[in-house]
Amino acid sequence: MIVRLLLALVLLAGTTAQAEQGGDAARGEELFNQCSGCHQVGQGAVDRIGPHLNFIFDRAAATADGYRYSASLKRAADGGLVWNYETLDAFLENPRAIASRTRMSFRGIDDQQDRDDLLAYLRKFSDDPQNIPESAPTAAAVDHTVAPEILAIVGDPAYGEYLSGECTSCHQTSGAGEGIPSITRWPADDFVTAMHAYKVGVRAHPVMQMMAGRLSDEEIAALAAYFEQVEE
Amino acid sequence: MALQRRTFLGVAAATAGTLAAPMVLAQGKPRVVVIGGGAGGATVARYIAKDSDGAIDVTLVEPTRAYYTCFFSNLYIGGFREMNALGHSYGGLAAGGVNVVHDWAVGVDRDAKTVTLAGGASLPYDRLILSPGIDFVDGSVPGWDLSAQNAMPHAYKAGSQTELLKAQLMAMPEGGVFAMVAPPNPYRCPPGPYERVSMVAHLLKSVNPTAKILIADPKEKFSKQGLFEEGWANHYDGMIERVGPDFGGANTSVDPAAMTVDIDGEVTKVDVCNVIPAMKAGRIADIAGVTDGNWAPVNAADMSSKIDPNIYVLGDASAQGDMPKSGFSANSQAKVCANAVRGALTGSTVFPARFANTCWSLIDTNDGVKVGATYEATDEKIAKVDGFISATGESADVRAATYRESEGWYDGITADMFG
Repeated sequence: MIVRLLLALVLLAGTTAQAEQGGDAARGEELFNQCSGCHQVGQGAVDRIGPHLNFIFDRAAATADGYRYSASLKRAADGGLVWNYETLDAFLENPRAIASRTRMSFRGIDDQQDRDDLLAYLRKFSDDPQNIPESAPTAAAVDHTVAPEILAIVGDPAYGEYLSGECTSCHQTSGAGEGIPSITRWPADDFVTAMHAYKVGVRAHPVMQMMAGRLSDEEIAALAAYFEQVEE
Repeated sequence: MALQRRTFLGVAAATAGTLAAPMVLAQGKPRVVVIGGGAGGATVARYIAKDSDGAIDVTLVEPTRAYYTCFFSNLYIGGFREMNALGHSYGGLAAGGVNVVHDWAVGVDRDAKTVTLAGGASLPYDRLILSPGIDFVDGSVPGWDLSAQNAMPHAYKAGSQTELLKAQLMAMPEGGVFAMVAPPNPYRCPPGPYERVSMVAHLLKSVNPTAKILIADPKEKFSKQGLFEEGWANHYDGMIERVGPDFGGANTSVDPAAMTVDIDGEVTKVDVCNVIPAMKAGRIADIAGVTDGNWAPVNAADMSSKIDPNIYVLGDASAQGDMPKSGFSANSQAKVCANAVRGALTGSTVFPARFANTCWSLIDTNDGVKVGATYEATDEKIAKVDGFISATGESADVRAATYRESEGWYDGITADMFG
């Protein structure tokens, strides 16, 4: 199946050496930086904001063990969506074209070569899984270090639900969104870390710096607790 | 005065708390009536229904079946949005347990605690929430009144007025003049008139590039002024002239029959004229007797009226302090109010008030800017805590991202309002 689709692509795209391999995996690894805020791939990869991407090729959609998928992606899976070169390529080009209300807050990649390269990189972790390189896990959604005692605070989801009113003027509880990213069902640690990064100004967005700036540690924990378990 | 009021409210709150349970038993569910289905009213109705889980009977009174958002309606003029993309139905609210009544509220009996509808029905309430938006102050622009709104549209309530203004702009003769009479403070959507000028300029630049834009403005300064003026110089150089109060902009009258604008004695013949008059609270706030002057004063902690503790006023109609009159503000105030009303009627936890606002404006294609602030409740008013504004000279990438963000916000707030 993959081979046939790749062949078809080669025929369409011409016959450069790179196209025959379906893309440049080394370049794809660099391009993966724009994914690694939410997705891990490679040895030790675990679900974060998005599911891990090991063995993604030929996997039925919405079936990574333990990851809580959006209702929208589950519906797509019920409709028979399987991740292969063609469907992943379409998903990367425009995530909303495949499933309109997922938490994949990503605009998509217009450039075919970029998508080819990225998929070539991802394929390394599906083709030959017992041979995953011994590299450090790719960067998680953690661009800031938060003290363990702050991460240890147990948030009150009821208070978080009230506070979430400040978030839902922009961020949709359903997890849908373009231009404004999804914040539902994030692992609490990632949520807390991101909010503290805004609070101290490590993350740059002025609205978020302002909103996070007046949230106490307990309030951030409450929001994280609420959004981690919110029903879509 | 302020001390008296607090004492009185304290007593009222304590009474509501102790009587809540027996009242539920004696009279069935507590009843909330919301008048006005915009950013304040739709949000507060949805949140009370959602969070009380059926324990409170919520009725929303809104005359129109399709609500067209005033926010983003300038983008329709500029050609960035279709009118139908600004329209929202109340189906989501009805599905969420809100009893939606399409009628005009024409009377409020504060002693009997009932609302009278134009259709004749009478709705009893335990708490009444008014979110009626704005009406115009008679005589604020001499020569203009509502009967002139077809000749000189205000287009400051979205829908047919917005469509009329755009149709007039499209029909403008080559090299014609578009005039705007800008409103005095305070008014709905502080950057709105200037975003509108930007969108009109964008439209005219493509269909009528020699046309001119004239603004008569009674205000010294306006929202995001530096950003707009920078953008106008960048995108629409030489097209826009603004006459502020230093050159008589506050002394403006119009003649809708002759299509002239008189700025401090200098009469200009114009082709399209957008008159945005001075504003006041929507009429039902006056009828309910909760206004003081043009607006309805409220307590910052819960948006309750300073005149009647069983009535709350949200959004543009309220005089609350530092927040701008915006859809975002109304949505923010609605959630504080929903939490307080629910607490008063069912004894649920009331969390401290907190408010926020952000306003995005589009200057030209992919040139978006924003301003925002956070607020807290003090004894006197809703007071600003912290804020930010886009910088002049930002990169095209930042401006494009800001515009994309504003589109995301539109989807977010309308989902938050209408479910």
